[in-house]
Amino acid sequence: MSVITSAIFEVQEFTLLSTRAVTNLFKKPRYIQDTLVQMDIIGVGSLLIIILTGFFTGGVLALQSSKSLKAFGAVHLTGQLVSLSLIKELGPVLTALMIAGRVGSGIASELGSMVVTEQIDAMRALGTDPSKKLVTPRMLASTTMTPLLTVVADLLGLVGGWLVSLYSLKLNSSLYWNTALRSLDYNNALEGLIKPVVFGFIVGMVGCYFGLRTSGGTRGVGLSTTQSVVTASILVIVADFFLSKIILELQY
Amino acid sequence: MIAIRFERVTKMFDDQVVLKDFDLKVRKAETKIILGGSGSGKTTILKMVLGLVKPDQGRIWVNDRDITDLSEDELMDIRKEIGMVFQEGALFDSMTVGENVAYPLREARRHTPEEMEAAVRRLLGFVGLADAFDKMPSELSGGMKRRVAIARAVVHRPSIVLYDEPTAGLDPITSRTICDLVIALRDLEGVSSIFVTHDLSAATTLASEMAIRESSGQVTFRSENNEFCLANTRFVILKDGQIIFEGTDESLDTAEDEYVREFLT
Repeated sequence: MSVITSAIFEVQEFTLLSTRAVTNLFKKPRYIQDTLVQMDIIGVGSLLIIILTGFFTGGVLALQSSKSLKAFGAVHLTGQLVSLSLIKELGPVLTALMIAGRVGSGIASELGSMVVTEQIDAMRALGTDPSKKLVTPRMLASTTMTPLLTVVADLLGLVGGWLVSLYSLKLNSSLYWNTALRSLDYNNALEGLIKPVVFGFIVGMVGCYFGLRTSGGTRGVGLSTTQSVVTASILVIVADFFLSKIILELQY
Repeated sequence: MIAIRFERVTKMFDDQVVLKDFDLKVRKAETKIILGGSGSGKTTILKMVLGLVKPDQGRIWVNDRDITDLSEDELMDIRKEIGMVFQEGALFDSMTVGENVAYPLREARRHTPEEMEAAVRRLLGFVGLADAFDKMPSELSGGMKRRVAIARAVVHRPSIVLYDEPTAGLDPITSRTICDLVIALRDLEGVSSIFVTHDLSAATTLASEMAIRESSGQVTFRSENNEFCLANTRFVILKDGQIIFEGTDESLDTAEDEYVREFLT
């Protein structure tokens, strides 16, 4: 198979699995318990890394931007810069990249191990559709938890930016929060929430896809895990560009 | 009734022919022991019965229903009639032994938790692992895992059970225990099965012993010796994707084919 045909084949297989995962939402049986477990693993389990990522990103944004803003005598706008950058771009993208590293890799290695130890075949042999029991709960959990984690990252980022502004830049607290919150409108918030839904879907589905197509024993599991993280990260960044473009077009 | 029927089935992986014009019939309560070297297509046959692998040519019937062209959703109903014991057990390692064995019942969504637990405990007792209920698969030895896999394969009372080398690499005592379970299911429960192996001693035990339930309820095993000939267990030997021998253990002993003789020694 040439590189082009194999790439087309991969896209086709990924699309088929994604379609199946979504249509499963409307079919019985539904694995609610499995979905809740996945939500706990993905959502609660990723909370600490998201808090740290958000907090320090907000802090460093305030630190770096203040220097440029000072040149224009606009240090008082630090809050606005931190909040807009975080909520529209960095919050969703960094959260999705962290989730790809922690959750996407976990999904790929778990499903990959199940493939090489014949557990997926055993599941099908016992009359269970793995796309219903394994893929749909992970896709749903990742799609719903990523926006929630993004909100946490955004909030902690604002707090990080505020602490830097307060203690390092010696800015007034109310000035920071005023510019930070006043600059946000409904569209910014919506953009900051639509993106992580798409990113969460990408990370969950890419993890499941690479996990389920694992072959070649434990080495194959390692390879699937790496491929899932790399592919999910690239797709998140590419999707971010196109989503930003579409949203900007729609706004004007 | 014929439980499993293959008619002129051909299967290729890339350019390699795994099965060629393969025919097989397994009647009700019959066991077919499939012998063959590594890569001779033994596991592929079992996966084809379940519809996990589709044939390139030919047709397959399970319980008199043609499954060749069924979709994944339609196959789910057929698979509920079949139990499969995978080579290494393939237990779900995120679940306890009890949850593993209860899995087919939980998926059927017809049983109360009490009914499920009673059935699982009965089955675990049957395979001699009554106290493993709360253990995780990682705490079990290879032989124990396969016995749990047998319990999981038969808990929903399937009419067909497929065994993929369940005795490979096990000590003679554990291997014998597994053979006893297979014989008991065949003779006492009327289960039809395909037993894939290259363990000749396990195959000979299956083909030469029968299980009887005494009036006291106790199960005993009786060897055919020279008194009778078990007709419900037959050997099938594969070479290059085709059957080169089919018959009882007695006819296997007198077979003249060079490959068969070589295989037996």
